[in-house]
Amino acid sequence: MFEEYSMAELTDILFMQGFAGLILFSVLVLMALGLAIIFGQMGVINMAHGEFMILGAYTTYLTSHIFETYLPALFDGYFFVAMALAFLVCFALGVLVEWGMIRFLFKRPLDTLLATWGLSLILQQLYRTVFGAREVGVTLPEWMMGSYAMTETIEVPINGIFVMVLTLFIASGVYFLMFRSLWGKQVRAVVQNRPMAGAVGIDTGKVDRYTFGIGCGIAGIAGSAFTMIGSTGPTSGQLYIVDTFLVVVFGGAQSLIGTIASAFTISQSQSTLEFFLSGSMAKVITLLIVVGILMLRPQGLFALKIRQ
Amino acid sequence: MCIFNYESGSRDNSPVFKRRSFIKTLIAFPLGLILASSTLSWANPPTSEVNTTGLAVTDDTVTVGILHSVTGTMAISETGSVQAEKLAIDQINAMGGVLGRKIEYIQEDGASDWPTFAEKSKKLLVNDKVAAVFGCWTSASRKAVLPVFEQYNGMLYYPTFYEGLEQSPNVIYTGQEATQQIIAGIDWVVKEKGAKTFYLLGSDYIWPRTSNKIARKHIEKLGLKVVGEEYYPLGHTQFNSVINKIKLKKPDVIYAIVVGGSNVAFYKQLKAAGIDLTKEKPLLLTISVTEDEILGIGGENIEGAYAAMKYFQSLDNPNNQAFVQAFKDKWGQDIVIGDVTQAAYLGPWLWKAAVEKAGSFDIDKIRAASPGIELTTAPEGYVRIHENHHLWSKTRVGLAQKDGQYKVVYESEELIEPNPFPVGYQ
Amino acid sequence: MRQRSNIRFMSRQEVLGYVLLAVILLAIIPLSLDVFRLNLIGKYLTYAFVALGLVLCWGYGGILSLGQGVFFGLGGYCMAMFLKLEASDPESTKIQSTPGIPDFMDWNQITELPWWWEPFRQLPFALSAIVLLPTLFAFIIGVAMFKLRVGGVYFAIITQAIAAIMTILIIGQQGYTGGVNGITDLRTLLGWDIRSDSAKVILYYVCSAALFICLLLSQFIRYKKLGRILVAMRDREDRVRFSGYDVANFKIFVFCLSAMFSAIGGAMFTLQVGFMSPSFVGIVPSIEMVIYCAVGGRLSLLGAVYGTLLVNWAKTIFSETFPELWLFAMGALFIAVVMAFPNGLASLFKRYIEPKLPAWYSGKTAGLGASIMRTDSSKETVGKEALEEKNRVVSKPISKPETVGTMAPSSDEKLEGGVYVD
Repeated sequence: MFEEYSMAELTDILFMQGFAGLILFSVLVLMALGLAIIFGQMGVINMAHGEFMILGAYTTYLTSHIFETYLPALFDGYFFVAMALAFLVCFALGVLVEWGMIRFLFKRPLDTLLATWGLSLILQQLYRTVFGAREVGVTLPEWMMGSYAMTETIEVPINGIFVMVLTLFIASGVYFLMFRSLWGKQVRAVVQNRPMAGAVGIDTGKVDRYTFGIGCGIAGIAGSAFTMIGSTGPTSGQLYIVDTFLVVVFGGAQSLIGTIASAFTISQSQSTLEFFLSGSMAKVITLLIVVGILMLRPQGLFALKIRQ
Repeated sequence: MCIFNYESGSRDNSPVFKRRSFIKTLIAFPLGLILASSTLSWANPPTSEVNTTGLAVTDDTVTVGILHSVTGTMAISETGSVQAEKLAIDQINAMGGVLGRKIEYIQEDGASDWPTFAEKSKKLLVNDKVAAVFGCWTSASRKAVLPVFEQYNGMLYYPTFYEGLEQSPNVIYTGQEATQQIIAGIDWVVKEKGAKTFYLLGSDYIWPRTSNKIARKHIEKLGLKVVGEEYYPLGHTQFNSVINKIKLKKPDVIYAIVVGGSNVAFYKQLKAAGIDLTKEKPLLLTISVTEDEILGIGGENIEGAYAAMKYFQSLDNPNNQAFVQAFKDKWGQDIVIGDVTQAAYLGPWLWKAAVEKAGSFDIDKIRAASPGIELTTAPEGYVRIHENHHLWSKTRVGLAQKDGQYKVVYESEELIEPNPFPVGYQ
Repeated sequence: MRQRSNIRFMSRQEVLGYVLLAVILLAIIPLSLDVFRLNLIGKYLTYAFVALGLVLCWGYGGILSLGQGVFFGLGGYCMAMFLKLEASDPESTKIQSTPGIPDFMDWNQITELPWWWEPFRQLPFALSAIVLLPTLFAFIIGVAMFKLRVGGVYFAIITQAIAAIMTILIIGQQGYTGGVNGITDLRTLLGWDIRSDSAKVILYYVCSAALFICLLLSQFIRYKKLGRILVAMRDREDRVRFSGYDVANFKIFVFCLSAMFSAIGGAMFTLQVGFMSPSFVGIVPSIEMVIYCAVGGRLSLLGAVYGTLLVNWAKTIFSETFPELWLFAMGALFIAVVMAFPNGLASLFKRYIEPKLPAWYSGKTAGLGASIMRTDSSKETVGKEALEEKNRVVSKPISKPETVGTMAPSSDEKLEGGVYVD
């Protein structure tokens, strides 16, 4: 299929395609990080993850409106404020949900699945009642749109770079939080042995609450970032949920590195397949490969060894 | 065949239209009522005569059904249709109703779920005995209710532009079927823009696939070339790979039939990848993005794209101005109106015209009366029901503006004949 | 040699429960509702097959499948393929460019019936496909997963992914499957018009009868040693394995069985509703079906039927009057069932209604097996209720311990950190 193109064109396309894969990779990591924390560290299946993302998106939408109306001069920078707000709003709701619901359901992971599914239905209808059934358009500052032309054919989307930088930032933030901070040590202690962690004076309830809150907060940031590339409507969150879970499970539930590795594998295979096949078939084949590997290696790519 | 051009349609101001245009203000409301009841008082025949099949018709009311999704993924699209149908019913009632009877409606929620549509349509026809149903949006929901309507002999007014290949005695299709929408659009882009190569892109289900099939046949008939054809699952949000393919193939036209949430992702990513649609290199022609969808996409992201359909909110004619005004008065000033919303608005009016022509609410008589029914007051101009239950209508090409509206750049000279089973395109 | 146990096939309460359900389904409902509503109840009952399968595989086996819609869909599609071929005789499809093939194939330029559609012209083949195909599919999934000891959450998510794959495939291959519209406009079964009112009534009875057969089959399994191994396995998989049982085989069996039930439900759905579409195959319906089971009580076979009827009836009523509130109610129901009464209606019945019933109802001879069944592990219940139920079991005299019986019915000794004390 390539004979009609020159070498230069092919190199460009290869580059662009690699870049497309990287964007998809960043998107998947961003989606999955929050879930990886919640699912991996707490064993809670949060089916409302997508709705938390959309909450972040709606927060961004509202912030953009406020800035447009009251602070038009600062509009260029509103997105950062919006992301911070998205984090806070989702964090707060996450803490509330953990306090009111999740903490009663520990050790019953399948039940958290059903309860959070119920939560997701309620949130969807809430968005529909508050914001209307139609999708909302989030206006972005001019500098975030468009692309940066490196050569004649290679054009790098600015929002793609933005998502990549953001992912890098959040991922390293999570890394430091989990592996370099006292809090992270506590979380890991609770994951590995809850009674012992409690015995040495860690407030396990509080750790859980903030873990869940932070997971949701990261979902909020992801949602906020996705207003650049996707739609914001009451049911948009459901578009993400299967992919997100697969990334986390494929990576090995308790390993953050695994999540990143699996996001990389899935994104690269999907974007390569998409280039050679039709979109639908690419998706089916990617999912089949993931499911196939999971059947052979149920613990995922990277499994954390703990006594079960 | 008689062919009406656009001017004659709008000049033909029937008394009905005049009355409607001034009842839009509240002050004129009572006046309209008096006028309507005085002129229509002759048309209040006994129920036993106008309703021989046990429909829900009393001496002063007639009940119809509205069947759309107000919950679930399709609520995004169907909300506008519900609003349009309610507006039309209100306006008809303000004029004195149909055969002297006020229209009451029962609204049911299809919940974006096709079996629910079938269940609710059965409820409307069997339990509520409604005289007509205005509803459905997706082809899948229409296919699900079709056997119900045929079995219980109901009448459905279906508003969406769709893939054709269907002609039911129990459905009036007020939107365009595929050939009406597609062929005129492609002819225009070939003639005006000198397009030679096309890249077809769509969401993966029947409407985009059938439409692209027709488009491909037509393009090939014109001796031009399709350089790529792609489908993505509904709800897909990552289009960077296909955008790269488009860049590689350098088509003159991207022919896009992406729907739903994918739409937003597609246009945002297209813009981010440096394809500025206003430069028309490549040019983008769509048949799936109405003003409703632009609301979610954002005008700045789709500016410069062309859309081929029969109605745009910006259409400049008195019918449409009155309609837009009435719509905004009822549902809010910020609201936008898309092609399907307008088609949904036609439903109750076409039904009213058919009932009055037949002098009866009986489905069989309405069916017999429907072909040839004209509506001079339609916001899109003049429409007429064809023998095959579709509408003769014009196709227009609009250029998307930053403010989320379309500027009409082309309008077919004549009404285009609906042809749901196009020979040579299958 | 199969050990003869002293457990009765059904306790007196259960016999009464079945009789009551039979009276409701076969007499009260058909007599009090018009054909339209009866047909609706018939449609709900088809979901009860899935809920019943879930009681077996989730409630008893501890395997939560979020992809039951796949099997429901497969069963439904097999039925729909047969009916569609019957509806597409050359006479009634003569306006097509290729008469004699289903209309959607014609629209997709397919000029010949695909070879794998061909056998569906035969009713016996179609009927056996309904039962065998989904079971075979479940078997393949089951072998792959359970032999490798994939369980719990992982299994749930993988089945969910399978549901997603199936939906995309069915929608994508529209020339062969009817795509997103599904297979519609089904008219007759061997010349018998399934759309007429009398057919609807007959199909309702057929559906109820099939449901009863599945219920009794489940009851039988529960009563056999297999049922008790399942429960033991759910609670303490390791111990069952150490006792020499191949845990995977039991899981595969119960998963296949639940798939088969779902498929029968799907076929009955197609017959009663008159079409099949991919909207039943996806994730959302699959999870919704789990809630039917949870509302009724995940450990109660009869509860599954009542739960399904109740949720769907509420859905219909709610969406007729307050369509916009329906999702709130549904969401609240999910949360309430999980948090407040994890064993659903069945546990409410046991706690509040049963004690008030006259003594002849409960009888004195309720067997041990039944009470073990009704007790669930503390993993699945919360707080007070779990304690109560546990006490109830402990206070019962254990007459004749056997392999399964000696296993502690509860798993409280397991410390939270994953360390066993025993």
